[in-house]
Amino acid sequence: MTGGGTLHLAVATRAFRRYSTYRAATLAGIFTNSVFGVIYSYVYLALWRANETAGGYDAQDAVTYVWLGQALLMTIALWGGGTTDDLAERIRTGDVAIDLYRPVGLVGWYLASDLGRAAYHLLTRGLAPTVIGFVVFGIALPDSPVAAAAFAVSVVLAVVVSFTIRFLVASTAFWLLDQSGVKVMSGAFAIFFSGMMLPLVLFPGWLGTVANGLPWASYLQVPADIWLGKHLGADLLVALGFQLGWAVLLLAACRGVVRLATRKVVVQGG
Amino acid sequence: MADAPSVASPAQHLRTYGQIAWLWIRAAWQYPTSFVLLAVGNGLITGLDFVGLWIMFAHLRDLAGFSLHEVALLYGSASLALALADTAIGSVERIGTYIRTGRLDQMMTKPVPLLVQVCADQFTLRRLGRLTQAAVVFGWACSFVDWTPLRVVVAVSMLLSGALVFFGLFVGFSCIQFWTTDATEFANAFTYGGATVTQYPLSIFPREVLVGLTFVVPVAFVNWYPCLYLLGRTDPFGLPQALQFASPVAGALTMGAALLVWRTGVRHYTSTGS
Amino acid sequence: MAADPSQPLIDVRDLERTFDVRRRVEGRRGRLRESVRAVHDLTFSVDAGEMVGYIGPNGAGKSTTIKMLTGILVPTGGRVSVAGLDPSRDRVPLARRIGVVFGQRSTLWWDLPLRDSFDLLQKMYRIAPARYRENLDRFVDLLDLGAQLDTPVRQLSLGQRMRGDITAALLHDPEVLYLDEPTIGLDVVSKGRLREFLRALNAERGTTLLLTTHDLQDIEALCDRVIVIDHGTSVYDGSLAGLHAEGGSSRTLVVDLVDEAPPIVVPGASVRRVEGPRQWLSFPADASAAPVVAAVAAAYDVADLSIQEPDIEDVIRELYSRGG
Repeated sequence: MTGGGTLHLAVATRAFRRYSTYRAATLAGIFTNSVFGVIYSYVYLALWRANETAGGYDAQDAVTYVWLGQALLMTIALWGGGTTDDLAERIRTGDVAIDLYRPVGLVGWYLASDLGRAAYHLLTRGLAPTVIGFVVFGIALPDSPVAAAAFAVSVVLAVVVSFTIRFLVASTAFWLLDQSGVKVMSGAFAIFFSGMMLPLVLFPGWLGTVANGLPWASYLQVPADIWLGKHLGADLLVALGFQLGWAVLLLAACRGVVRLATRKVVVQGG
Repeated sequence: MADAPSVASPAQHLRTYGQIAWLWIRAAWQYPTSFVLLAVGNGLITGLDFVGLWIMFAHLRDLAGFSLHEVALLYGSASLALALADTAIGSVERIGTYIRTGRLDQMMTKPVPLLVQVCADQFTLRRLGRLTQAAVVFGWACSFVDWTPLRVVVAVSMLLSGALVFFGLFVGFSCIQFWTTDATEFANAFTYGGATVTQYPLSIFPREVLVGLTFVVPVAFVNWYPCLYLLGRTDPFGLPQALQFASPVAGALTMGAALLVWRTGVRHYTSTGS
Repeated sequence: MAADPSQPLIDVRDLERTFDVRRRVEGRRGRLRESVRAVHDLTFSVDAGEMVGYIGPNGAGKSTTIKMLTGILVPTGGRVSVAGLDPSRDRVPLARRIGVVFGQRSTLWWDLPLRDSFDLLQKMYRIAPARYRENLDRFVDLLDLGAQLDTPVRQLSLGQRMRGDITAALLHDPEVLYLDEPTIGLDVVSKGRLREFLRALNAERGTTLLLTTHDLQDIEALCDRVIVIDHGTSVYDGSLAGLHAEGGSSRTLVVDLVDEAPPIVVPGASVRRVEGPRQWLSFPADASAAPVVAAVAAAYDVADLSIQEPDIEDVIRELYSRGG
């Protein structure tokens, strides 16, 4: 990711603006997120009524977790999509050849763009459900400035990790032409292993161990636990380090794939 | 002065639907890798969905008074109805795109009802995964039901009516796109939101929500009321038992309302051109 | 089920279509609602068997008219009848009697052989199998599509795809064919072949043709009659020759002299351009070329002569500037 930081900032700003033109879509999305927030709140309340300490959460933790999930759903682009869909489309049409010859790296370019998008989604579709969750269900707020700041860092890392996976999925289009099959598969794993379907703290035994070690745990489980104050002191650094580790590893993988793809595009002319 | 147009029967529409759908199946099969991945991916989503339910029950003996078998019956029947509806008319959610790209205009110059064409368009069998998974869960849950002839009738009518309710919800709410193409996600709250609530015993919700799910977005008829009868349970909300047999009525009403909305939407489109 | 021969096939009377648009106004909150007339006071009729060019600049109301003729859009005023039917009320029955080709938007199945799309249309329109085979054979022969029938559409060239789309629109023997920019993006050879086919179709079957195009050579090659629409209403309806006269258009005589010479002076024509031994003389389009040619040949050593037909684009631009 060489190249001027100003350029990347401009790319991010442009993406932010682009998404902010869809105002009706944003309102509709907030409404939908909130409806799902209500539905899952009642499901979890029933669950924690039957087992008051399931997974080490109490009922308020669980409902907070629900609304954080709805708030982060679009920010981390759990279903896939985001700016990496543009990439897949450009690979399909062959326009990506132009991108590959740009002086700035492909990964940095799309990451900047995706961060711009995520910023918009966080401010709208992240903030609104959180407020609604607070007003209607009295969700917990971070109890220290440290937790709040760490949560902010954790969300950025969550977006980066999610971006890298979506980027890798989109890159399969270099070889398969069409990312849709892989995207659905990847989405299925993301929903399950991010804790969006059910908090990972409920996953029993080895399944829980595995799930908490996979990159998808960075999407929701880690930021949510930081918000809920489950990681304190050194444990907080370990949690952020876990996200950072995956981010670095997967970014490297993205750049490796771009190198392979460039060779392929150059050899086959797209 | 023209002859009375030869009126095509519903059976003929169904046949045309099948013919269009068949072409799309063959078109999709031109990309077997994508097709298989999509089918497996969709199956995986629903499969993991059920694993989630399973994990939930690792922490519970029952959810709002319903055991795993009972929840599986609710889950399987709703999932089957949804998969049936989604397979049959899934593409209706794309009318906004069809309007934008002019594809809807093209369809309007063909002598086949617009709804038939829209529903058959881009027909895909990738929901086969979900259909299979739902059938397995439902079949397993059925083995715990104490069957009587009437219960068999109620079960069959439940699946058909449930599909009809989802048909109606998807068609009806997709029509929003005739008025605005920006707010498509609004419909998801009712369609997919409705599908999600049916995976759980509705007794987890407050009474007001249940009333809404009975009379406004009538997904309670997809599985909740008929399953109460199949499981021989009294209604936790104390509502009349007649509701447990009312699913076909709810299905027909939802579908009828949706067709009315559809016609209004098409009329709006032809009278505003937007 | 032919339309009453005493009635025009397409009859448009005082047609009007307004749209409500919301416009953002600088310096004001919210949007302003206003009504825009896309088409107004439009009257014309087309008899069975005519080939009519429907032309005008972008946004003039061409596609709005076509949408009302096909029943996709309900008029806000006036009357339309096509083949004796009210398009918006009888959209589905009318669909059996018309063919529509929307420019670059294909109705063919991208990933499947051409034949599959045709077979489906046979079922959708319920075309009798014998008639279907007969039509398919004829069109495939005329349009030279035989080798492409079993090729997936995505592998066809743009010209082949357009011919496929036109075949698709004709299999059910429509009485009228609406063509929206049929030659856009095609190479010269494909354009020529397509025009030849449309002429043959009209001669053989009497299919009425209504053509919108930006390519005026389409009009020159196909249409005896032109309707020019601008700002939502017809500004000219008549023969192509009349359009030239009305637009004050001129033909050009290109003279190649044996040697370079000062600008030629002959009665009834004036020099537009000189380039070495070649000179361009223009004279009114409705005047005969013979006296000009004779005068030039009598006074100069001529190596070669040719006549260029007027550029309709200029003519129409002239009309627009007057109408606008």
